[in-house]
Amino acid sequence: MTTVTDVGPARGELTAQAGYGVTQRRVLHSEWTKLRSLRSTLFSLLAAIVFVVALGILISWAQASHWDQESPIDRLTFDPTNTSLSGVFLAQLAIGVLGVLMFSGEYGTGMIRATITAVPHRLPVLWAKSIVFAVVTFVLMTVSSFVAFVGGQAMLSSKHIDTTLGHPGVLTAVFGGGLYLTVVALLGVALGALVRSTAGGIATLFGVLLILPLIVNFLPSSWSHNIDPYLPSSAGQAVFTVVRESSSLGPWTGLLLFCGYAAVLLAAAAVVLRRRDA
Amino acid sequence: MIEVQGLTKRYGEKLAVSELSFTVRPGIVTGFLGPNGSGKSTTMRMIVGLDQPSEGSVLINGQRYRDVRAPLCEVGALLEARSVHTGRSAYNHLLALAQTHGIPRRRVGDVIELVGLAGVARKRAGGFSLGMGQRLGIAAALLGDPGTLILDEPVNGLDPEGIRWIRTLLQDLAAQGRTVLVSSHLMSEMALTAEHLVVIGQGRLIADMSVADFVAGASENVVHVRSPRAAQLRDLLLSADVTIRADGADVLEVSGLPSDRIGAIAAAAGIALSELTPRQASLEEAFMALTHDAVEYHGGSASALPHQPGDGSAQTAGGARLETHGAGARS
Repeated sequence: MTTVTDVGPARGELTAQAGYGVTQRRVLHSEWTKLRSLRSTLFSLLAAIVFVVALGILISWAQASHWDQESPIDRLTFDPTNTSLSGVFLAQLAIGVLGVLMFSGEYGTGMIRATITAVPHRLPVLWAKSIVFAVVTFVLMTVSSFVAFVGGQAMLSSKHIDTTLGHPGVLTAVFGGGLYLTVVALLGVALGALVRSTAGGIATLFGVLLILPLIVNFLPSSWSHNIDPYLPSSAGQAVFTVVRESSSLGPWTGLLLFCGYAAVLLAAAAVVLRRRDA
Repeated sequence: MIEVQGLTKRYGEKLAVSELSFTVRPGIVTGFLGPNGSGKSTTMRMIVGLDQPSEGSVLINGQRYRDVRAPLCEVGALLEARSVHTGRSAYNHLLALAQTHGIPRRRVGDVIELVGLAGVARKRAGGFSLGMGQRLGIAAALLGDPGTLILDEPVNGLDPEGIRWIRTLLQDLAAQGRTVLVSSHLMSEMALTAEHLVVIGQGRLIADMSVADFVAGASENVVHVRSPRAAQLRDLLLSADVTIRADGADVLEVSGLPSDRIGAIAAAAGIALSELTPRQASLEEAFMALTHDAVEYHGGSASALPHQPGDGSAQTAGGARLETHGAGARS
């Protein structure tokens, strides 16, 4: 490395060209670059795709191959759509962790200082990270859900227990797989901004999505029946369930409530991001 | 131009920065000095809006940092801790920052070339050495061709070549008319780089003056005299304004008399001198004297340094000669 004395264009030459400055659009562009330039992002997204597609097909195959041993009640409540989308439950780990890392990864490495120095208003960063990651998740996970559905139904067709997109609620449910994961992504982004640490963010997110329903399950059944449908996980998962229990919310009501939780967290993240020292 | 006005930062009960006011002017390198924990980094973080001041304000060319439309084109900052995602390449790191402002890719390539990282630009920043990391931080600071640069301990952990590179770079940037504020705890480094000094201790302003004034005023300038007849010479030199400390049988440390006067008095009395050396306090010593005061702020110890707020006396020659043992520069 040589000693450099030439420090580039003379003062003002670059800035004199009009038009440099922070805009929401430009911050979106920047966040897209950040997302695609990390190997961990690409691996996590690949994992999520494999989880949705491979697990959905695998479990559909298992169900079909053991169909003859299933009890009548199990056959009656069998949900071929939900079965082929069972990989969504695993994929939410990859998507949720990645969502948390959008901010916690920057706090952990110190990158957040560079980010906030460039965008001192801060909120454009929150919106840009949310939009970029939500769009990427929605596109990839919706496509994955459809692939899993088609592959899963092909497995189930051997026992003629498959369904088609033409059946009531099925198209909604397949779209719902992508939508559910998109909202999980947003929950992760918001928690990452709120908690700042990767471990804390992940623990909070999956404490709510995975552990909370288990704990509610231990409550007296009259309580748990009234509480469970409104938990973020149950509300969100209603959107990709076709054969549902009587107490659970409808697909769109559930998704709306799930989005509500995400909106509240994002609003809290906005307040905290704006107020707290970086 | 950076104007810091009545800046105060409280962390709970603790005052990290207390009613700090100073101005950093363009065209020269201003050194920002203070012992560890004196509030340098906190002040710099407040300048670029990472931390909110509890009281007071910072204006950059008359604007609050948050209100600047293109912050990277106004202020380039290199903060102490690394501010790079370890998993991203240097190129993509700079590209993502450039894109927030619509700065073209060409400029990213230019600053990479400028800091000498062209060979490793596509490698993960996590694998960079300390020196490469600092270069990447400086590339980010220069990305928007800003008129103001703020660097927190830029030479920390660098090898001599890297230190020389940064020193030259900072002086070139200032010579182009930019405002350069650079913090360091390496006083000798400041003597070679900075022209003006802002010194803080325990979050308070201690001094705001040119490097030359700082050294001149920091402590007494002493003449080191060695003579076989030291005791006899001592009696001849003693007067109201002169203090003499004997240091061994044949050595005197004389303050209050210039060396030529001492030489003349000795010659008149026929006393042979084997050594006559004027010694100016180094910046390091001046700094030690100052921060010693700051540490004993409540102890009421005698001050070695007259408090001399900045009065535009920065037009003295740059630092290099300060380390030579020239004749007493007391003004």
